[in-house]
Amino acid sequence: MTTADQESLIIRRGSPWWRMLIRDRFALIAALWLLILTLCFLFGPELFGEAATKLNLRARNLPPGSMEHGWLMYLGGDALGRSMLARLIVAARNTLAIALVAVFAAMIVGGALGMIAGYVGRGIGHVIMRFADILQSFPSLLLAVVVLYVLEPSVGNLIIVLAITRLPIYLRVTRAEVLEIRERVFVDAARALGGSRYHILRRHIAPVVAPTLLTILTVDFSIVMLAESSLSFLGIGIQPPEITWGLMVAQGRNYLSQAWWLAFFPGLAIMMATLSGNILSNWLRVVSDPEQRWRLEAPGDSTPRKSAGKNDV
Amino acid sequence: MSEHPILKIDDLHVEFRSGGETVHAVNGMSFQISPGETAAILGESGSGKSVTAAAIMRLLQSPPAFITGGSVHFKGQDVLAMPIAKWREYCGREIAMVFQDALTSLNPVFSVGWQIAELFRAHGVASGRDADARAVDLLDRVGIPDPALRARDYAHQFSGGMRQRVMIAMAIALGPDLLIADEPTTALDVTVQAQIMELLEGLRADSDMAMILITHDLGVVADVADNVAVMYAGRVVEHGPVAEVLARPGHAYTRALLDSVPRTHSKGHKLSPIVGSPPDLARIPKGCAFNPRCRFATDVCRTGAPPRITVAPGRIAECHHVEAVYNDN
Repeated sequence: MTTADQESLIIRRGSPWWRMLIRDRFALIAALWLLILTLCFLFGPELFGEAATKLNLRARNLPPGSMEHGWLMYLGGDALGRSMLARLIVAARNTLAIALVAVFAAMIVGGALGMIAGYVGRGIGHVIMRFADILQSFPSLLLAVVVLYVLEPSVGNLIIVLAITRLPIYLRVTRAEVLEIRERVFVDAARALGGSRYHILRRHIAPVVAPTLLTILTVDFSIVMLAESSLSFLGIGIQPPEITWGLMVAQGRNYLSQAWWLAFFPGLAIMMATLSGNILSNWLRVVSDPEQRWRLEAPGDSTPRKSAGKNDV
Repeated sequence: MSEHPILKIDDLHVEFRSGGETVHAVNGMSFQISPGETAAILGESGSGKSVTAAAIMRLLQSPPAFITGGSVHFKGQDVLAMPIAKWREYCGREIAMVFQDALTSLNPVFSVGWQIAELFRAHGVASGRDADARAVDLLDRVGIPDPALRARDYAHQFSGGMRQRVMIAMAIALGPDLLIADEPTTALDVTVQAQIMELLEGLRADSDMAMILITHDLGVVADVADNVAVMYAGRVVEHGPVAEVLARPGHAYTRALLDSVPRTHSKGHKLSPIVGSPPDLARIPKGCAFNPRCRFATDVCRTGAPPRITVAPGRIAECHHVEAVYNDN
């Protein structure tokens, strides 16, 4: 083998993931933003907890953009004169924790049920699908209201309710994908080589379904944040003094005509978090797909490098 | 044929039921193969070759497929009667299968080396780095150049021939005693076909495994097989040693098949195809299924099922006119 051949092989062998991240500018910005959110998540309440609850009646509905009351007031003050910036940072933990746990729980449970419904058998598949039908035909808000009135409106119960209402989407998508994938020849081949049911689900079906589920997850992430805000708005979600971005939007809604920033910044935070998640998941999908990865590996240009992989007999 | 066949199929019936119509894909298929033997199952599209293979490996989805009769014995064990989980333990270790299109039969999201290594891990033969090393050895054995590097490539990065080599590597990984190759070269071009057949035959000879070669290519059959079973409309219509069957067929269908092959010495002559088309398996003709296309056909062919006749020792044919065909040269 010549040196040139070896070089091309080394390039094809793949760049490390961080190099592929740097190459995709949008994904990089999204990743940085999520990193900032993660820092807020980890340290926000400890660093800014006090600032977020400190009332300053002179700064009531203070418009954003002035440093007069200190940098914490740069994004304005809320109806009680509390720092918007500090509240946004503090709210990140509750918001992200509730949404993340809820969507992941929905994905894991829904995905598992979907795989069983799609792969195991008709009987149990029917039972699971009717269960999904019932969940979907029941207005999710009504379900949440009933459950949260009966039970305590705690963070745990809120997560459970949100997860249950999102469940059918994962369940249906997974089942549909499984029904298609199980007919593929490589699944037959795996069975012909002695793959057990569990092995086939884990090694041949789950890895193919996973990227789709992750993409739905990022979209769902924002839906769950908004659903949580509407529950909080109804007074059965997060209870003040705990805050979430959704609750801030709900509270700011009353002042929309006088002080738009009360609802705007938390809304922006939700949107930015979702958008970043979306972009990053898209990047992740490309990176994790062996047939697409070259798009991010190609240095600078976007020439297909797929052909580099074809060594002939 | 030896006393103890490694695989014995007896009067196998497979139907596909859909929308009120029943398609009889396999109708009383009988076949056997001895250890170390290479047997070919020859037939045109829709003759039930691949369905038979899928039935043996228990890959048929039911519904729509139903095995309505017959038995399959592998090493004396009743395949169709044993629990599926038990049969899957045989699969890979003692019996394995190579599929027609290697691109679709390899998992697209794992590197080929990983897939082969996973086979060792799933069967508990080797683990970790040992499994990886064995995977590389196997790729080397099936003639993949630079196997250590290529092990990290994905199926789509290989050419058709190389992919089929990878598939073959997976099939022989655990040293099966019987390999079923379902049209392993159909998706490949002719020069690569020859290489793959050579590889399969070489591997078979090395490890003394038996091989069932499912094909519609007479040339391949003549080159590598010991025995051949000719299938038509879901039945084996003729079975015997390759050289004898091809030299002097006992069934009118085999005769017609041989006549339709272009030959170098008949240059300038018209080809003689088999007239008509294969029967609709939902409406198989009465009597001998081949009768509408057969130049030997008489009234008896349209009414009664042909008897199973021993043409010569180790040779059988199901035809009303065995003698006429046998002596028609």
